[in-house]
Amino acid sequence: MSVFKDMKAISQGMWITWKHLLRKPVTISYPEVKRTPPPRYRARIVLTRDPEGGERCVACYLCSAACPVDCISLQAAERDDGRRYAAWFRINFSRCIFCGLCAEACPTMAIQMTPDYELCTRDIMSLLYEKEDLLVDGCGNDPDYNFYRHSGIGLVNPRGGNQDENPPVDVRGLAP
Amino acid sequence: MGQMPDTLDLLITIAKLGVILVVILTLAANLVLAERRLLAWIQDRQGPNRVGPQGLLQPLADLIKLVTKEDLCPDGADRWLFLLAPAMAAIPAILTFAVIPFGPPLSLLGREIPLQVVDLHVGVLFFVALSSIAVYGVALGGWASNSKYALLGGIRGLAQLISYELVMGLSLAPVVMLARSFSLNDIVAAQADLPFILFQPVAFALFFISILAECKRTPFDLPEAESELVAGFHAEYSGLRFGLFFVGEYLNVIVLGALATTFFLGGWHGPLLPPIVWFCAKVSAFCFLFIWIRGTLPRLRSDQLMQLCWKVLTPVALGNILCTGWWLTIKP
Repeated sequence: MSVFKDMKAISQGMWITWKHLLRKPVTISYPEVKRTPPPRYRARIVLTRDPEGGERCVACYLCSAACPVDCISLQAAERDDGRRYAAWFRINFSRCIFCGLCAEACPTMAIQMTPDYELCTRDIMSLLYEKEDLLVDGCGNDPDYNFYRHSGIGLVNPRGGNQDENPPVDVRGLAP
Repeated sequence: MGQMPDTLDLLITIAKLGVILVVILTLAANLVLAERRLLAWIQDRQGPNRVGPQGLLQPLADLIKLVTKEDLCPDGADRWLFLLAPAMAAIPAILTFAVIPFGPPLSLLGREIPLQVVDLHVGVLFFVALSSIAVYGVALGGWASNSKYALLGGIRGLAQLISYELVMGLSLAPVVMLARSFSLNDIVAAQADLPFILFQPVAFALFFISILAECKRTPFDLPEAESELVAGFHAEYSGLRFGLFFVGEYLNVIVLGALATTFFLGGWHGPLLPPIVWFCAKVSAFCFLFIWIRGTLPRLRSDQLMQLCWKVLTPVALGNILCTGWWLTIKP
């Protein structure tokens, strides 16, 4: 009979809600209890340094170009030895969507995402991070990577002296 | 009662009224919190736990918020009816408490003080009449708001409440037949040995379904129906008037739970514990059941609601009355 079927259905539903009533909530009381985000969580952006302590950023503008919301702006400059760096580097975190495309675009691993998600503030202007706010002392992910050791042509080492780099080829010597 | 001055009787009555009013309103406010937390637990959430320990001061915070909100009256609304409707929804619920016995008469300084404001010999009819008046709150609120959502909610509420009042009245008839009295005190006294739910499980089921519909709660919350009608008949209300509708709903939950206790669960009768504790426990059990059901069941469709009432519940209630009468006649 349909009455008994309905009663069975209702009591099954009631039993389910009763079980959930006694279950521990899946939500947490946020400011007191905090979850540890996964290591690859995408939150606050930092500029890392190479193992020698120099800035990794070569001011190539790729991050700025990759940024879908145009929140990264910078100005390139060149040192006396020809090494490029960012004269100023600014990320507007009030606009950033934490998509991570800048970190993907970066050829020197300079710009990286960290799991520090607590950026919230009452003053929107304090979300405008300048270069000194963004630069950290560590190397972040891939700590051994040093861009100039691989491809900084003639700046750190003489041509052909870098790791994984062959000495310059004498093109004329290749003639048959 | 003895030869006591009338002023003392009056004072005692006024004191009882005051105590009941304060306790009931506080309970209703805290029931809102209880419902929010229980629903949250059912949904694996935590619920409001910020204001005070375990969120216990949340009702106070809600009250402050409601009091400080602007009291809006929509353009083109029927102003007087609009202002009157919330009171029509809340006051009948409070008034019904006048006839509910909370415990056996208390002996204090040689006086018998009944734990009931007034023992009307037509208490059941008083309750049924008041619950009919409560329909006006819904109907007038929906009509006077000058809003299509409110009007739809009001119409639905009117249809639903009038239909289910019939079932409620019919499900109470066997109780009256068994107790041979309309007085709630006599009905409780008749259940001293066994509660009526054992004799009248069908009447209890009918009464329970119809009080769910009477206080417009899930699965019968069509007059409010957040997902379809915004908030139904009280969509246009703000501030304390909305609060009055809101607290009225919870007052209704408490008062109907108390009546179900009185009619079917033996009122304040119970072993070991003091009667008032038994009464409160039974009423809280009903409140919990209401919340639990709200956390479980989805809303019925309008036509299903009417079909259930007129094609199922009403015939069953009539048959139940017939059977009870037959049983009472052949009973030795």
